[in-house]
Amino acid sequence: KKQILHSPHLNVIYTEYKLEAVWPLPQTFISSSEQYRLNPQTFYFGYGMQSAAQPGCTVLDSAFKRYFSLIFLDLTSGSVDKPFSVEISVDRDDCDGYPSEDSSEKYNLTVSAGRASLNAQTVWGALRGLESFSQLVYQDDFGSYFVNKTEIEDFPRFQFRAILLDTSRHYLPVQTILKTLDAMAYSKFNVFHWHIVDDPSFPYQSRTFPDLSAKGAFHPMTHIYTQSDVRRVISHGRLRGIRILPEFDSPGHTKSWGKGQSDLLTPCYNGGIPSGTFVSSVFPDSYIHLGGDEVDFTCWRSNPDVRAFMQAMGFGGDFTKLEAFYMENIMNITSALNKTSIVWQDVFDYHERIPKDTVLHIWKGVPAKIKEELSRITKAGMRVLLAAPWYINHISYGQDWRNYYTVQPQNFSGTEEQKKLVIGGEVCMWGEYVDATNLMPRLWPRASAAAERLWSDEQQTSNVDKAFPRLQEFRCKLLRRGIQAEPLYVGHCKHEYQGI
Amino acid sequence: MDTALRFAVLLLTLSFGAGLQLNYIDDYEEEPKEEDVSADSKYGSLWPLPQKIQMSEISFKLTSSSFKIVDAKESSAGPSCSLLKDAYRRYYEYMFGSSKRQQLNKRRRTGPSELTELQVLITSPDSDCDGYPSVTSDESYELSVDQPYAVLRAPKVWGALRGLETFSQLVFEDDYGAKSINATQISDFPRFAHRGILLDTSRHYLPIKVILANLETMAMNKINVFHWHIVDDQSFPYLSRTFPQLSQQGAYHPYTHVYTPADVKMVIEFARLRGIRVIPEFDTPGHTQSWGKGQKDLLTPCYSGATPSGTFGPVNPILNTTYDFMSQFFKEISTVFPDAYVHLGGDEVDFNCWKSNPDIQKFMAQQGFGQDFSKLESFYIQRLLNIVTSTKKGYMIWQEVFDNGVKLKPDTIIHVWKGTQLQYQNEMANVTSAGYQTLLSTPWYLNRISYGQDWRGHYKADPQDFNGTDEQKKLVVGGEACLWGEYVDATNLTPRLWPRASAVAERLWSAKDVTDINDAFNRLSVHRCRMVERGIPAEPLFSSFCPREYKGL
Repeated sequence: KKQILHSPHLNVIYTEYKLEAVWPLPQTFISSSEQYRLNPQTFYFGYGMQSAAQPGCTVLDSAFKRYFSLIFLDLTSGSVDKPFSVEISVDRDDCDGYPSEDSSEKYNLTVSAGRASLNAQTVWGALRGLESFSQLVYQDDFGSYFVNKTEIEDFPRFQFRAILLDTSRHYLPVQTILKTLDAMAYSKFNVFHWHIVDDPSFPYQSRTFPDLSAKGAFHPMTHIYTQSDVRRVISHGRLRGIRILPEFDSPGHTKSWGKGQSDLLTPCYNGGIPSGTFVSSVFPDSYIHLGGDEVDFTCWRSNPDVRAFMQAMGFGGDFTKLEAFYMENIMNITSALNKTSIVWQDVFDYHERIPKDTVLHIWKGVPAKIKEELSRITKAGMRVLLAAPWYINHISYGQDWRNYYTVQPQNFSGTEEQKKLVIGGEVCMWGEYVDATNLMPRLWPRASAAAERLWSDEQQTSNVDKAFPRLQEFRCKLLRRGIQAEPLYVGHCKHEYQGI
Repeated sequence: MDTALRFAVLLLTLSFGAGLQLNYIDDYEEEPKEEDVSADSKYGSLWPLPQKIQMSEISFKLTSSSFKIVDAKESSAGPSCSLLKDAYRRYYEYMFGSSKRQQLNKRRRTGPSELTELQVLITSPDSDCDGYPSVTSDESYELSVDQPYAVLRAPKVWGALRGLETFSQLVFEDDYGAKSINATQISDFPRFAHRGILLDTSRHYLPIKVILANLETMAMNKINVFHWHIVDDQSFPYLSRTFPQLSQQGAYHPYTHVYTPADVKMVIEFARLRGIRVIPEFDTPGHTQSWGKGQKDLLTPCYSGATPSGTFGPVNPILNTTYDFMSQFFKEISTVFPDAYVHLGGDEVDFNCWKSNPDIQKFMAQQGFGQDFSKLESFYIQRLLNIVTSTKKGYMIWQEVFDNGVKLKPDTIIHVWKGTQLQYQNEMANVTSAGYQTLLSTPWYLNRISYGQDWRGHYKADPQDFNGTDEQKKLVVGGEACLWGEYVDATNLTPRLWPRASAVAERLWSAKDVTDINDAFNRLSVHRCRMVERGIPAEPLFSSFCPREYKGL
């Protein structure tokens, strides 16, 4: 399907240029050695005549500004060349909306003499195309910018390509989250799973229940996310085509919710719908992650009122029934609010009682076990999201990105229909050992390995050794853009990281 | 839905109440050996722990407007001692923040519970102010925090630097943000004289800024040796005045990825001002691929059959030109680096290329070495050692040189880096029973990362933990934490090194019986937040927070 045209007479000026310079690899990529010079003074982005979106489109206008700076990282002034313009056309004017699970991210990009045309159904697809275009541009040793004749047809293999950050075990400053969203866009991730609260702290400042963070955060003034912080994250994500998926894990992992709450029982009574009204009006995404993992029954068991309730409901001593009862109710509340629930795989044990459109999130098990679980859940007709192979908080010595690269999310026994129920995957960076001091280098470029697995065609990207030099080059690109991405192995980048 | 919702809510609230009561039990069951939540140590945030401490409940206030660090009248280091003057300013800024510095207000009346002065007294007639630290430098100090002023007494400036760090660690912020310090008596000295960190600038180039930031952090941890593994197979960033071709051809980039003489000088002086020795390593005859790019005929041509294969092996030991080159090169090194020691490497020599080369084979026969290539290695190393000796330098070498039976000077330091715990302990015993001084690194290869709190393993290793006499134990000069560069560059070096290297720092400074790992966890948690506050991205030990999180991004 993919053709690469190699030029037999590469001349010196091409040395900086590598074919297949785009990460993650586009579905179809045709490139030639014919190159066009770009000059920042005569370079333009514009809307196509037929485009549904026109000047004033917030998403694209700000993308043009952003990508102009990313393409021309240092503004060398040269002789004024022939103008070059990139013309963007989209079928729908969804400029003021939010990306969703149904958003098409498909785009076509044609680069020819003096112009490039980028066509997409939605602005979100256009964003992906702009990212690819920006990666095609390179500089020679004299600082001049070039782009080669190229044709790309591209779309993601999976609709759901996520990164999880955990802001409970360590607080992450908003700057760090925004920077992560920037880097996510460079690897075409489209979902930020915000594991915002957990046992250690409750940094989310709720409008309805401010005491949750006042008493549950590490510090009530400095280690919180205000409503405007959350809006900023959502808006930053939207402009990059990234959905913000909040997780309010319950009934387990909630110690911080109950910090000093003896007189808060009544507010908590209302607050027991964290996944309900107060969150749904803040987070625009149609999905919500409800957690539901690792529920410890010890406390329930110890409580006489709970035991009495169990008797009344006829649950006997089976606490999983109680948990199921709880999750079922929470999910019903969620769907009454027109939200789709994502829950950790633990909830599947009582799946008959939860809404059919719920997504199960696979997070545990050795590879063989994961395959079984994928078969079992999809056989029941439920959709799944794969995270288990991408727990990148688990560091080890050496090139572990290779393991993240060679995952095969659809390699389990099942019908074609079952395979389609795998909606995507998620890279998880749990926070026990991670905060602003080490998050960035630990996340990048290891997460980028998973990004290619989730976006690109599996056949074309099956060789991890072929991916290695491409990922090395992409890592240097990330550095050049100010992302603190760590090295894959010995070597150097032309522009090294300038911080400490 | 109403009823269901109410039940769900009820359950949620119930689980809150019950969950709280059982917190401790839960935690205990999950990780019985590890303390997850840091508590206050009776030693505050002191790191590494001083040898003798007496702390009282009485506390004094310090204010940025009246507190001063000054030379005591009787001090042998006068106003011209810029090393101390620099240190006073540095520690003042650590304690009060550089932005808040105010005009000293002499007329302001000081309260009865206020501490206004730290007097620094250098007691030895020669303060060493303008010298370089060495393996025999006295780093001991005594600190007395009491009214009317605190006194820091040290024989040499090196001890004063360590004492200033300790003083700054005693200062804490009360709930109103005021700086306080408890009345304290400390008498302190290092357990080992050589407490080092190895950074590798060949596998990845490290910008000068990164090296300086880590020297700064070393001082916060009382580390006193920077082992600069400056060149290796992958690149040669050292710009030699005598042989500029070496970096011109051998560096990743001849201008952006090199250390100029001015850079090297800056590193050495920056380190000196913090009482840190800079020991460069020029590893030969192996690990020298990058040397060959700029120095023709230095490396052995490898053969495939009867013809040269086009690849090169270790340094060619049979040519006189090799030794001429080494003489000139190490002559330069001996003048550029002031420390009394250079590290000569000597590890992992691959004999295959030597074996393949007919000229080498002929030479082996002439010398009567038979097929024993370690004899050829010895031949090379001995000539090299003679060259280095003639430059009046002592040397450190990796353990293989000792293992291969090369004749060494009695003051050679053997650097142990290989094997399992049992193997390195045997090696330490062997080296010291042969009467040589030794240095341990095996348990402290910090480049080898793993999930979880691996600092605990680093903390538990002890360099004197082997079978041997007291005399043998005394030959252990210390240890080094190594951060080899395969997977490390400016992007991730600092958080990977700190606070993991801090664990090694305490092992090498504090008394042998300082082994309470829970107390260490408590102190180290606060120490890491202090490093973060001082601008160093030291990574977390476990789920927690710092009052002032890292703002570097």
